[in-house]
Amino acid sequence: MNILVCISNVPDTTTKVTFNANNTQFNTAGVQFIINPYDEIALARAIELTDGGKGAVTVIHVGEAANEPTIRKALAIGATDAVRVNAPAHDAYFVAVQIAEYVKQHPFDLILTGRESIDYNGSKVAAMLGELLDIPSVSIIKKLDVDGANGTVEREIEGGKEVLTIPLPFVAGTAEGVAEPKIPNMRGIMSARTKPLTVVEPVEVKASSEIISYETPAPRGQVKLIPADDVAKLVDLLHNEAKVI
Amino acid sequence: MSVLVYAENADGKFKKSVFEAVSYARAIADQNNTTLTAISIGNVAADELSALGQYGAHKILNVSTDKLKNFINQAYASVIAKASEAEQADVVVISNTFSGRGLAPRVAVKLGAGIADGAVSLPDTGNGKFLIKKTAFSGKAFATVELTSANKVIALIPNSYKVIENATGAKPEDFTVETNESDFKALLKEIVKSTDKVSLPDAEIVVSAGRGLKGPENWGMIEELADLLGAATACSKPVSDAGWRPHSEHVGQTGIAVSPNLYIAIGISGAIQHLAGISSSKVIVVINKDPEAPFYKVADYGIVGDAFEIVPKLIEAVKTYKASA
Repeated sequence: MNILVCISNVPDTTTKVTFNANNTQFNTAGVQFIINPYDEIALARAIELTDGGKGAVTVIHVGEAANEPTIRKALAIGATDAVRVNAPAHDAYFVAVQIAEYVKQHPFDLILTGRESIDYNGSKVAAMLGELLDIPSVSIIKKLDVDGANGTVEREIEGGKEVLTIPLPFVAGTAEGVAEPKIPNMRGIMSARTKPLTVVEPVEVKASSEIISYETPAPRGQVKLIPADDVAKLVDLLHNEAKVI
Repeated sequence: MSVLVYAENADGKFKKSVFEAVSYARAIADQNNTTLTAISIGNVAADELSALGQYGAHKILNVSTDKLKNFINQAYASVIAKASEAEQADVVVISNTFSGRGLAPRVAVKLGAGIADGAVSLPDTGNGKFLIKKTAFSGKAFATVELTSANKVIALIPNSYKVIENATGAKPEDFTVETNESDFKALLKEIVKSTDKVSLPDAEIVVSAGRGLKGPENWGMIEELADLLGAATACSKPVSDAGWRPHSEHVGQTGIAVSPNLYIAIGISGAIQHLAGISSSKVIVVINKDPEAPFYKVADYGIVGDAFEIVPKLIEAVKTYKASA
């Protein structure tokens, strides 16, 4: 079984998000970039599913050469080989088209993404890939198993879950629960340097969305402290002042 | 030109987030001097369908075939795209729910539409542009996105737009579409409801707790408080990582982002990753024994004190309030 894992390069979760150029650009100064945490879950599950010679795991990333440390990390964790589409990730549709083009030429049995990237949170690439390739897609899954030509997934719904069986190939967006992220060992780190990383040029895509500007959430006023011996006061404020209960 | 809104049902009923999406879509229709069509797929009774007209839908399409009884995103996307073409809709609004997130991008690709997911505001259509504010960086920021395509898909975050009564008297009409066999490869085996309690993404009040609770055996008081308030329970990442609570309760940058009216954080220090997931909450209450906890910087109300003392008192205070209300 050959699995493709789509990985995104995102700011570390501890990043304090700020903007520059008149709030039109994300300020990357001092920001540590990592593999999107949900993509790490996808990668870990792909490695588990192909463990013991049962297949190969290719990671694909749409981004510039500066992001290669993130790709090498994925190789160190255990991916077999990697592909980088040499273009900035303009938006989810751009990314999905690039990956779909690659898959049309190099078919895979299973395509995994994270449920969403932690920078733009769109949850779009998995479903767009499914549509572009005319195969099923399932977003936000908590469990993934493959048995022969079929996969079984648990999909999160409000207040529960759905269990689906889906014939391969399909696209799945993974969330917590699918696998524990893997930490690369020394052997992995050493071998990652020599694993194949192919660079392909992008296809042209007509853009349909542009980010115009950013803003941070409006600061809240000073916290109103209520004495620990007057808890009833909190209930009163929530009812009469905040009007939320 | 028209606007189309997809009305997602849960067990044949519409949740508040559907009426928010309908109200929102109607406002977009009004901005463009056009009409709003709502579409429901699955088994929903006529009375319930008519409710879509209460919030401004001029036309209500009902697709209720056995084959489309259960949500399969690929098949539902085909139906919505066909309805969009039949209605000559140039804007399609879908709720940014778990299902909506698997659906909206497929609809966008089918329609060649730009998509604004995680939308939190009405489009700004000044100067012939179409600008929408959306959440970004897992709640740490917002981005304003311009959709430049003729067709547009918007996925609206629940609890970010108000429900507006605007009765049109529209009655549901059947909408027939041909389905493609290849859209039904994914097979729904079973639906498992975790509890009959309020689900976290739908909740208007969330009671959340962290490591300050010391162990899973102490969650009884959190659940009791949540039950009293009609709230969902949630937790911080260390708590779900330790297996004290399920992952589905983990709120934060790598868990669920919530935007309830009231978020009560108990024994959670307020790491930046956790705050990202709750920044859209309307009112935040913090209970923590450490007055220096970062959570106090983003909270509206706080009580500095030990959770094991404060929470039982809070439960009593809520009981007293409910008895008098």
